[in-house]
Amino acid sequence: MPDSTPAVQHTGATPLLQTVGLTKRYGTLLANDAVSIDIWPQQIHALLGENGAGKSTLVKTIYGLIQPSEGEMRWQGEQMVLSGPSDARARGIGMVFQHFSLFDNLTVAENVALGLDGKESFKDMSARLEEVSRVYGLPLNPKREVWQLSVGERQRIEIVRALMQNPKFLILDEPTAVLTPQEADQLFIVLDRLKAEGCAILYISHKLAEVKRLCDTATILRDGKKVSTCNPKAETAASLARMMVGGEIRRVKAAADRQTNVARLVVNDLTLAPDDLHGVRLQHISFELRGGEILGIAGVAGNGQDELFAALSGERLAQDPGAVVIDGRAAGHLSITQRRKLGAAFVPEERLGHAAAPRMRLSENALLTGHAASGMVQHGFVNTAAMLKTVDRTTEAFDVRKASRDPEAASLSGGNLQKFIVGREILRSPAVLVVSQPTWGVDAGAGAVIRQALLDLAASGAAVLVTSQDLDELTEITDRIAVMFHGHLSEPMATVDASREKLGLLMGGSTLEQKEAAHAAGA
Amino acid sequence: MQLVLEKRAERSSAIALISPLIAIGLTLATMSILFAMLGKNPISALGVYFIAPFVDSYSLQEIAVKATPLVMIAIGLSLCYLANAWNIGAEGQFLIGAVAGSWLAVKTQGTDAGPWVFPAMLLLGAVGGALYGLIPAICKVRFGASEILTSLMLVYVADLLLDYLVRGPWRDPKGFNFPTTAEFDPVATVPVLIEGGRLHLGGVIALVVVAAGAVLLARTIKGFEIRVVGAAPRAARFGGFNSNQLILLAFAISGALAGMAGIIEVAGPVGHLQPGISPGYGFTAIIVAFLGRLNPIGILFAGLFLALTFIGGEQAQITMKIPLDVTKVFQGILLFFVLACDSLILYRFKLVFASPKVSRGAH
Repeated sequence: MPDSTPAVQHTGATPLLQTVGLTKRYGTLLANDAVSIDIWPQQIHALLGENGAGKSTLVKTIYGLIQPSEGEMRWQGEQMVLSGPSDARARGIGMVFQHFSLFDNLTVAENVALGLDGKESFKDMSARLEEVSRVYGLPLNPKREVWQLSVGERQRIEIVRALMQNPKFLILDEPTAVLTPQEADQLFIVLDRLKAEGCAILYISHKLAEVKRLCDTATILRDGKKVSTCNPKAETAASLARMMVGGEIRRVKAAADRQTNVARLVVNDLTLAPDDLHGVRLQHISFELRGGEILGIAGVAGNGQDELFAALSGERLAQDPGAVVIDGRAAGHLSITQRRKLGAAFVPEERLGHAAAPRMRLSENALLTGHAASGMVQHGFVNTAAMLKTVDRTTEAFDVRKASRDPEAASLSGGNLQKFIVGREILRSPAVLVVSQPTWGVDAGAGAVIRQALLDLAASGAAVLVTSQDLDELTEITDRIAVMFHGHLSEPMATVDASREKLGLLMGGSTLEQKEAAHAAGA
Repeated sequence: MQLVLEKRAERSSAIALISPLIAIGLTLATMSILFAMLGKNPISALGVYFIAPFVDSYSLQEIAVKATPLVMIAIGLSLCYLANAWNIGAEGQFLIGAVAGSWLAVKTQGTDAGPWVFPAMLLLGAVGGALYGLIPAICKVRFGASEILTSLMLVYVADLLLDYLVRGPWRDPKGFNFPTTAEFDPVATVPVLIEGGRLHLGGVIALVVVAAGAVLLARTIKGFEIRVVGAAPRAARFGGFNSNQLILLAFAISGALAGMAGIIEVAGPVGHLQPGISPGYGFTAIIVAFLGRLNPIGILFAGLFLALTFIGGEQAQITMKIPLDVTKVFQGILLFFVLACDSLILYRFKLVFASPKVSRGAH
């Protein structure tokens, strides 16, 4: 294996942690194929790779959640066999997961206590929690219940919980995916400080700019194998991306000029109470989306994007029919099927279980959204040939790779299933397409195909609404961007004027507060 | 060396087909042990259960007669279970169907009503069963009450209602105080298919129900809606399918089929309304539905198989003095193995040699 030596000097003679030929096999699938990496103290080590490259498997092995099929791990030069995560924690390995494991109805301190192998009293632990969060500049109120906290604050709990175990080695799985740019900056300060204190950090991400800025070493995985270990500061974002993908990524191109004259999706003062205890109330949302235009909705997850999607799709109905207008017709009171008949199409964030029934065939999943407005249903009977034809057309137009003509949805990879789901809607030539997180968890190649398809759809005169947490994606394909915060939607601004700083401030809710303050002062 | 369950990359359709057979095999093995412990020769006991019923025409017809209600009820139950609605009360819907249809038979008793009586009784049985099935469904949809509890409890209500009627208002005045109605008139009974035999029109109706169930599930949008609501409720809502309506529909169909089976049983093999018209058909049909993999064709075969256990159980009691309750033990063990073997569709057994400890997966 070619392995360029990192350009950074190491402190100490032996690495803190080594994996030697670590292999994990699931049936015939090699999730990790003889991966050898060295982690040194006082270094932030990036782990790069596309979805499915084996990053999660590797860190779960290091954290003791998964037993390797072959190979070994060495901790400070000694062989290490972990029987479970508590074993890893006992050695000083901490991990902050991408998906938080927090109980919404418990307080911050109670959640932390549950995650510690605690011998100290609850009172001592709470005091130490406050101490650690203060020292590292991660403010937390131990008595607050988790459901009241923002995503950034929830992540703080996970980080503080890890720090309270005095880790020598901390693993972070895509920590900035849910943060505003400003919150991410604060996190980097904490990580730099931990590094200075001698901690080793393994940092999983696919945001290359971030990795170049923060990390000392980067290991790139592809298809379970290590491609290279390099100094990210000496690489370009493009060269890192090439190593991740194993080839060039197609760049998406917008059509030169697009028609933007007819309003095809209008939302008028949409206010909607949440249907569950911890949901977000939509507050006076208004915007107008014209044919040929792509409007992006940015925002940290959990600020009402899901609720907005449900209100637009008709999975939840608005009280006022005029709150949602599709192609000139009031639709706020119409069901999702009736909205589809008006020419709207929807792609929700969750592929399996929401956009598609996992254990059903693609043809049946074509029927799921196509039954209302296509030839798939005649007199109550389904037309299997028409369903299969839709599958074939989608497969061809969007290059959906699958093992057979009509497999179960769950058997497709994330990227291919997403291409199918987006393609299924686009091939119906919708007047309005509402799509949530179009390339979430999708490999770079499929992501480019999907973004290009959205641009082409807009070019053909459709109105496209894209909700995404990926600011790069929104900047790349949208004409205007609005930001959601606490159920409010900011005034859309032209994408060319939307700097990261401006968006970041809106995502943190600051402009809104200023507005409210101005309002209060004026009243 | 360890035996571990490993998730398959894809569900195995081969196992999906043979898992009921594996379950039957395991059940027979367990039963052999049980017979041996009872001091009976397992081979001859299993012979009485599963071979003897095939040797005479009476038993063969009797299998079809017993399978008729099982299959009809199980087809309806499979719709509920596919929609993720747990109707456990088919026994009650069966009894209410029997009562509703019998009402007409009792009212027209001794009059010269024409041949319309039996079809009208079928209709009444279906309507009665459907309405009774809708009670737990409405409670679930409207108030969020667990349909498992309500449908089960309504079985006992139905049982007591039937009991009251045959001891009170509908009791045969010439029946020596036995709790039963008078024998139904010929126009109020199920036509027999073979003169002097036991096989009746109900068997044909059951086959029609199987065919209709197969078409509904595989070829219609309603069948698709029922399957999606159960398999992926959020996707179903996204598809625009109303889960509450579908639950009501599934319960109504299920109740109607159970009710129709009830009136056929009363107007056919029994000939009058009395307590104990069902040896637990409504509960055994749950096993039939799962053994048949919630597939109409599978249910047809599963119904015949479980009917066999009823006949075999009777013969074993007569010839080998094996208690009739052993049949229920048998059916229970079978359901247990059927559900257990289903995990093999998504998982497989694997022998692991000299490996480190298995992942605890805890975090």
